[in-house]
Amino acid sequence: MSAEQSGTQPILLEQDVVRARQLARTLAQGCGMSLINLTKLVTAVSELARNAVVYGGGGHMDWQVVEKDHRKGLRLTFRDEGPGIPDIKLAMTDGWTSGGGLGLGLTGAKRLVDEFELDTAPGAGTRVTILRWA
Amino acid sequence: MAALQPFTLTAIRTHQASLVAEWLAGLDASGATRNLKADDLKRQTEEFLDLLHAGLQNGDASNLNAGAWDEVRLFLEKLSHSRALLGQDSQQTATFIFSLKGPLFALLQREYSEQPAQLANQLLQVSELLDALGLHTIRTFQKSREAVIKRQQEELLELSTPVVKLWDGVLALPMIGTLDSQRTQVVMESLLQRIVDTGSEIAIIDITGVPTVDTLVAQHLLKTVTAIRLMGADCIISGVRPQIAQTIVHLGLDLQGVVTKANLADALKLALHRLGLSVAKAG
Repeated sequence: MSAEQSGTQPILLEQDVVRARQLARTLAQGCGMSLINLTKLVTAVSELARNAVVYGGGGHMDWQVVEKDHRKGLRLTFRDEGPGIPDIKLAMTDGWTSGGGLGLGLTGAKRLVDEFELDTAPGAGTRVTILRWA
Repeated sequence: MAALQPFTLTAIRTHQASLVAEWLAGLDASGATRNLKADDLKRQTEEFLDLLHAGLQNGDASNLNAGAWDEVRLFLEKLSHSRALLGQDSQQTATFIFSLKGPLFALLQREYSEQPAQLANQLLQVSELLDALGLHTIRTFQKSREAVIKRQQEELLELSTPVVKLWDGVLALPMIGTLDSQRTQVVMESLLQRIVDTGSEIAIIDITGVPTVDTLVAQHLLKTVTAIRLMGADCIISGVRPQIAQTIVHLGLDLQGVVTKANLADALKLALHRLGLSVAKAG
């Protein structure tokens, strides 16, 4: 994996959500992703980046362009040092929210991508890794 | 901090002409004088030295906030402001002050050549004074820039939410860009107000220009729709493109009960139909 094909972007403020989205859009276009897959990925990025800002108190987005069997994809990791999620099962329930949202961000993001991995513990921050093939 | 020696003040006064000449030469060499008229610059340097001298005579160099420095501060604020308008950056503006150091230090060195201890002391004083004045120009410069940015942001917010009347009783709101809480608030307010003002029965919110519809945007839209209904009007959301539709389904958003259309034309057609109007070919 060459150096240009991975990187990190800080997500500290509400405005950074838009910047993370724009970066994901540019990267996905570079992978030759179709408009529908691109829109799904960018929407998932929007949800996860906003979660990192609102619930995690800010974090980072690591990105990596991956390739397998001549197919390109984008792997993104959202990590924050926030309070973590005490009950993963509850958090992955449609309509449940600890804030004032619709409670569909995390579960919706999972349905919008090909691979989804949630790594969290109370007090240990949250890491969400997603992957979308072009 | 001890004040500057009267001897230093006298020295500045006596050698003012040569100070100005050297200062101007230094400014010229640093390239900070681009776009500036030579006459203006000369007048500004002379005026600044006069004011500096007056300030030093009446006040303490360690406290620039004191009344004795009012005129110097005012001068620098005006200077920063005019430089900002001329398109100079903060560095060029601050260089105006900082480049006085060279000639002034050289002068002090000549005057105090017999008293090295005094020289060191006076150099430190002058240096600290000029640093403080330079920082003041940067601060002022930054403030005027920030004021410009803030004004533009507010203008953008207003500009980005035009409510247009499509027909008697039909309003449309073309949304463009990112929908955050603040913008939604502005949008909702202006739309609801226009509904009252025009007595409209149908409002169309067009999201063709919104690139990403996530749960937050959806939540804002649903709140706006609810508010419109509470006012006794109907709401249609148009501009739902195929990729947005698929994304909404995957997110699990429930837009049932909200009338949506693929484009603004369809939405207008539906609105006219509801008002009992139809568009026919002339003749």
